[in-house]
Amino acid sequence: MTNSAPLGAVEELPREKVDRFDRELAEIVKRYPPDRKAAAMLPALRLGQEIFGYCSTSVQALAADRLGTSPARAEEVATFYVMFHTKPHGQHLVEICTNVSCCLTGGDRIFEAMKAKLGVKNGGTTADGRITLREVECLGSCGTAPAMLVDEEEMFERLDLAKVEQIVGGLK
Amino acid sequence: MSDTLVLSKRWGKAGSAELAGYRADGGYRALEKALGMDSAAIVEEVKKSNLRGRGGAGFATGLKWTFLPKDVRPRYLAVNADESEPGTFKDRYIIEHDPHMLIEGIAITCLALDMHLAYVYIRGEFPKQARILEEAIAEARAAGIIGPKLLGKKDFDLEIHVHRGAGAYICGEESALLESLEGKKGYPRLKPPFPAVVGLWGKPTIINNVETIANVPWIVEQGGDAFAALGTGKSGGTRLFGVSGHVVRPGVYEKPVHYNLKRLIMEDAGGIVGGRGVKAVIPGGSSCPVLRGDEIDVSMEFDAMKAAGTMSGSGGVIVFDDSTCMVRALARISKFYAEESCGQCTPCREGTSWMEGIVEKIEHGHGTAADVERLEQIAGCIGGNTICALGDAASMPVQSFVRKFKDEFLRHTVERRCPYGEHGWGLDQTSRPAVVGAVRY
Repeated sequence: MTNSAPLGAVEELPREKVDRFDRELAEIVKRYPPDRKAAAMLPALRLGQEIFGYCSTSVQALAADRLGTSPARAEEVATFYVMFHTKPHGQHLVEICTNVSCCLTGGDRIFEAMKAKLGVKNGGTTADGRITLREVECLGSCGTAPAMLVDEEEMFERLDLAKVEQIVGGLK
Repeated sequence: MSDTLVLSKRWGKAGSAELAGYRADGGYRALEKALGMDSAAIVEEVKKSNLRGRGGAGFATGLKWTFLPKDVRPRYLAVNADESEPGTFKDRYIIEHDPHMLIEGIAITCLALDMHLAYVYIRGEFPKQARILEEAIAEARAAGIIGPKLLGKKDFDLEIHVHRGAGAYICGEESALLESLEGKKGYPRLKPPFPAVVGLWGKPTIINNVETIANVPWIVEQGGDAFAALGTGKSGGTRLFGVSGHVVRPGVYEKPVHYNLKRLIMEDAGGIVGGRGVKAVIPGGSSCPVLRGDEIDVSMEFDAMKAAGTMSGSGGVIVFDDSTCMVRALARISKFYAEESCGQCTPCREGTSWMEGIVEKIEHGHGTAADVERLEQIAGCIGGNTICALGDAASMPVQSFVRKFKDEFLRHTVERRCPYGEHGWGLDQTSRPAVVGAVRY
């Protein structure tokens, strides 16, 4: 495997992190019938991303190996869904919705202002590596628009620029 | 018109998401009743209720259930909590405020259809809601409500699991959802065979929306006829309508299925901010054909909306005031569909990007009258020519916006700029407190 760099190499991943991955994955696969382990590809990649920082080709290879499927299958999943990151991003991921209901309540202005303030383009990372800012599609917060998702974990709603600046400024 | 609340009556009560609170309010009584019923009788009540799918298509739920082949096992239930259609934000509140109602609905459905494994497919951008639901399922399992026995009484094993998506609108399409549940990218499947016959792992599978399933306990407890009576004709019950955009009180309102759209906007949601007029309304999520402000005095019932040339879809009502640029709005909607096209079918993969590019060009003053014509032509070539409904979903807004606001598109080409300048999204873009059931957000 070490020679097949494009597919990633499980051996390159730190042992103790791989152990943690294996422990937690063992719990996850119980949700699926024993002969359908490959169904756990999405949670496996999410777990890998959480433990190793992003969905590198090595993480994809690890998930594929443990679920008894091919790295190609892992790669097609990792590149299809926007919440899987095949490249490292900043310490915090700030995602602002600019879909219709959010724009009708100011989402586009917030996004433009934040790009200028942070000095980044859509998808860009600040020079200090702290924040990656990107525009996202509808977050399902249309009634409480505009909305923002931080680190794909915490949703902030009914925003204005001042609130967004405060939240982003407060990220450690 | 009835003001009975089926779905949102417990929203905002302290501890509404917890088992103790749900039980204190009579929760799991419907499951208790269902345990004493013949499974065919449960299906019969759902048929009588005239419950129609709340995810967008409005298909008769009871009828869908009868498509399961008689003698193939196992069968699976997949509950669709993908909720990704722009303008739609209702299922999340069922999960946040009353997850046990959904679990009870799942348990009754599985009992009626002889299913022992159910998955709730929830969009990846709802981490909090996924956690709430997982905790509620764990609570139900620990209390012996699900697991090896139902309610600790009947030998009927049932497991419910949450499967989180990872950011793909297409996975709300039922066959793409199954692919994603199987651990693959979300490419919709050719139909037929329909999932009720060949679904998850090739086995018969029923896919129902969260709101659809959450109605089942009430139907079993109060009877199908009572549910049908809340609605009209072939559509029973109430619906959760989400109102967003330029209204005074955006939010989720539970109303009878045939509630009047204008009344919802002007009375319940408090009308338009700053007292401006309604220019346009998308009545059921971004894919539904747009209505002009003078066309909204209509019932939101599925068939009535179809007669009005649009769809009641997912019940997501997006309101645009008269200061909004419709070309700007369509440009954003077209960008969404181009972004979310899975790429499997050529007409959609290519066509959505072409449409996005052309609408952008018109919005920035570089388009011509021929471009406006071309938009309609491209949209006409996508709809009906793709494996799944995303092709139609992408073309319907383009066709309806151009048809109903043609003057505005042409004005952009004549003036060679957007007449609304930097105010394309309206003069008042501020956020306003939302009302969700009885809760103020």
